[in-house]
Amino acid sequence: MGSLVTGSYRPGMTGTTSTGGLHLPRYLHEPDATRTPVGFPDYKSTGLRAPLRTPVDLPHRLTEITGPVLGEDRVTSQDADLTLRNGGEAVGQRILVYGRVLDSDGRPVPDALVEVWQANAAGRYRHVVDNWPAPLDPHFDGLGRVVTDSLGRYEFMTIKPGAYPWGNHHNAWRPAHIHFSLFGRAFSQRLVTQMYFPDDPLFGQDPIYNAIPAAARHRAISRYSLERTQDNWALAFEWDVVLRGTDQTPFETDDDGDVA
Amino acid sequence: MNPLDVPPDPAVPFQPRSGRRGSGFLTGPFRLGTTPSATVGPYLAIGLTWPDGIWAAEEGTEGGIWIRGRVLDGNGVIVLDAMVETWQADPDGGFPSPEDPRGAASYPGFRGHARAQTLSGEFGIYTLKPGRVPDGEGGLQAPHIDVSVFARGILDRVVTRICFADEVQANAEDAVLRGLPEDRRNTLLAIPADDGYRLDIRLQGDGETVFFAV
Ligand SMILES: [Fe+2]
Repeated sequence: MGSLVTGSYRPGMTGTTSTGGLHLPRYLHEPDATRTPVGFPDYKSTGLRAPLRTPVDLPHRLTEITGPVLGEDRVTSQDADLTLRNGGEAVGQRILVYGRVLDSDGRPVPDALVEVWQANAAGRYRHVVDNWPAPLDPHFDGLGRVVTDSLGRYEFMTIKPGAYPWGNHHNAWRPAHIHFSLFGRAFSQRLVTQMYFPDDPLFGQDPIYNAIPAAARHRAISRYSLERTQDNWALAFEWDVVLRGTDQTPFETDDDGDVA
Repeated sequence: MNPLDVPPDPAVPFQPRSGRRGSGFLTGPFRLGTTPSATVGPYLAIGLTWPDGIWAAEEGTEGGIWIRGRVLDGNGVIVLDAMVETWQADPDGGFPSPEDPRGAASYPGFRGHARAQTLSGEFGIYTLKPGRVPDGEGGLQAPHIDVSVFARGILDRVVTRICFADEVQANAEDAVLRGLPEDRRNTLLAIPADDGYRLDIRLQGDGETVFFAV
């Protein structure tokens, strides 16, 4: 009669709560022991910017379980290759960065917009505020955009970003990283984060990295991938991004797909 | 047959029949740890600038309003490198999202989402005033816009709401607003202005905006 819903998430696969005739999912909270706090004393700029009062619990209602549909129309085919800009090739170690966007239930998140930005190989951003003495690269603007495929996979070609100094403390250097921005399907899943590279010697002195509780830091670090490293062309790094899930059990469905 | 002669992984990742892999315990749910958040940093304009970012509704849409405000730090200093994102219902209370169990709504010229930076000293988004949305408990919520604020010096987005000071009756019936003390409630109420509404977001200190754990 019914068949099990398997594989990736489909709209309408909801049902944790039923109140007032609406079936609303509840997005799970990551425990404090494994989530980044809003403020962190060693990261000085948080001092006047991170809110001090305890946030008020907001139950997940319609506004929190829905979200904008942002997809292919925001992305061109060139957006997935950051190494070819302005009519030439960026300088640096070419790398393929790839992985999957999943939710914490293990379901792939298909058709999700992934926006990335990063410094060039010398560690400099193409931005008016960044004017430390490292060269700009005319063929690198540091912007990439991709949309995940039906299995939640993404990949882009770029160059390995350099480390860069910043004013947080004496001789402060950011470990090499790529900034990521993801929407997921729901306002509750919105995530902006940074991807790091394995075994970076700068981890120890970086308060942005160390603000992540120790038990979760490994989740921010990509894995070197020999499998996807391209002979005579590029190294590869794999990084899966996990958004909040809803802890739903699979549903029995009628053959027409309606939740039974 | 050699039991160690395991065939290579298929090209398409294994899809578990139940939709979740086992935890090793029959009763324990399988769950992946979520990726930890990080600050957007000072260079967010490189990755997050959209030409149409501020338009939750198309320019010139009937009933269009501007919502503007400043983002202020704990000393009352204007934050110039923040980004504000908004998500809201259309004037009929529908969402242009397939996640809405009532079905995705479509309202002419309306996207529901806007993204604005504060480089000029304030954010400004163009949108339509949201309608009332069921609260899931038999009542209606006051018109509201969900807001995420990102900035250098904030390691995870902070979430607040924009409600409307001139919606007195609806605000009085709203479970979220009712749960807040009067002086804190006011930090969420946008004040009517010439072409829409204004609301400042105070990240900390006196009059700190109410932020929500979502
Ligand atoms: Fe950075």
